[in-house]
Amino acid sequence: MKLQTQYLIRLAEKGVRGDGRKGEEYRKIEIEKNTIAKAEGSAKVKIGSTEVVAGVKMDVGEPFPDKPDEGILITNAEFSPIASPEFETGPPDEDAIELARVVDRGIRESGAIDMKKLCITPGEKVWMVFIDIHILNHSGNLIDAAALAAVTALKHTKIPEYDGEKVDYENKTKPLPLVHLPVTVTTAKIGNLYVVDPDLEEEDVMSVRLTVTTKEDGNVCAIQKSGPDGLLLEEVEKIFKLSIKKGNEIRKL
Amino acid sequence: MKRIDGRKEDELRPIVMKAGVIEQADGSAFVKFGNTSAIAAVYGPRSLHPKHLQIPDKALLRTVYSMAPFSTTERVKPGPSRRSIEISKVTRYALEPAVFLEEFPKTGIEVYIDIIEADAGTRTAGINAASIALADAGIPMRDLVAAVAVGKINNNYIVDLCGKEEEQTLCDMPVAYMPRTKQITLLQMDGDITLDDATKLIKLAIKKCEEIYEIQKQALKKRWMG
Repeated sequence: MKLQTQYLIRLAEKGVRGDGRKGEEYRKIEIEKNTIAKAEGSAKVKIGSTEVVAGVKMDVGEPFPDKPDEGILITNAEFSPIASPEFETGPPDEDAIELARVVDRGIRESGAIDMKKLCITPGEKVWMVFIDIHILNHSGNLIDAAALAAVTALKHTKIPEYDGEKVDYENKTKPLPLVHLPVTVTTAKIGNLYVVDPDLEEEDVMSVRLTVTTKEDGNVCAIQKSGPDGLLLEEVEKIFKLSIKKGNEIRKL
Repeated sequence: MKRIDGRKEDELRPIVMKAGVIEQADGSAFVKFGNTSAIAAVYGPRSLHPKHLQIPDKALLRTVYSMAPFSTTERVKPGPSRRSIEISKVTRYALEPAVFLEEFPKTGIEVYIDIIEADAGTRTAGINAASIALADAGIPMRDLVAAVAVGKINNNYIVDLCGKEEEQTLCDMPVAYMPRTKQITLLQMDGDITLDDATKLIKLAIKKCEEIYEIQKQALKKRWMG
């Protein structure tokens, strides 16, 4: 491990990454829509060999008292032990919780879903949107893959019919009112090199990373710094600009 | 703009900071910003069990953030929540850059943060307290870590939001900063703001962290130099 760290840091000094990518280059991104027939919406996203599936389920429930005329969004992530030797069974650990909360924040704060349109009877009945993120293979940068899978799944979500008593999951017609497309971009710092989309080896050696979710108008909706080092203001500004640029590229996929 | 509690836009709430408040702990501190109060206690460096957690070339830093059930309007259920688990993680990363962990291989340094009174800005109050507590414990540090949350209401950039302001703000951005090395060690944000706003807010937070830093140093001086 130590040797690998030294090797990647030495490469970084020359501006090179372990797998030959440029600093601003993502691995190949593949998106498959509606892969799960029973879900209201779903998507499988691959970034390199990292593989994540997100599924959206909907149900009718009671609104929160402070937002009686808005739908409810709940995001959860499972790091299944199938995906990595590091993952264990049991309740979500701090990494799974952080991932779900960062993905949730990007979607919620950007106003991606028009929550008011998910109200059925104010104060009584609203649609609840559950986003569940399942990691299938962990090869680094799970947050970006999970966020992209979640937003893609929402984009293809169809709301089931509801007659006031029962939800008819066999008949789904209306699309979910998705009004924005937030995209999440993670940049890691290795030595003095900034790399987007860190792979597993890079995540092991990075000192710090910054995850930034942006909207199509360039606004910033969520920020999360992680990792045991700090960042200078100039570094943060540089990563913000890079995140907007890469976000726009990914949004076109 | 007059703020809800009469403060100026860039005015912090009344601050109290005290080092050495828990006799049993190796280091401790009490920090109060308005109606937000945090107590931090540091135990260690001490032997770390189970053994497989030990790191051969440095200490393991562990942080636990928790809210007292009576700290908020609606009772907080005791025990870890998803929110507190995330805050514990970002707090660890906010403090870690400041601590010379490599001085204490194979040991554990535990930082416990209890929020006993909450009116927004609890994670930043906790980081301010934890940083004083680590220094109070005599653990070698590169710098103290100062923290504050900033936001935007209407067209005004405001610092150290109180609970009512947290409900109105366009964004909530907690920042932790080490003034000597100029490094930002905690940066989170939720909201919907322009790139320009985000940069301005970070700069404002840095300026206020420098003020908070002086109060932290005073608290340590008072404890150790009388």
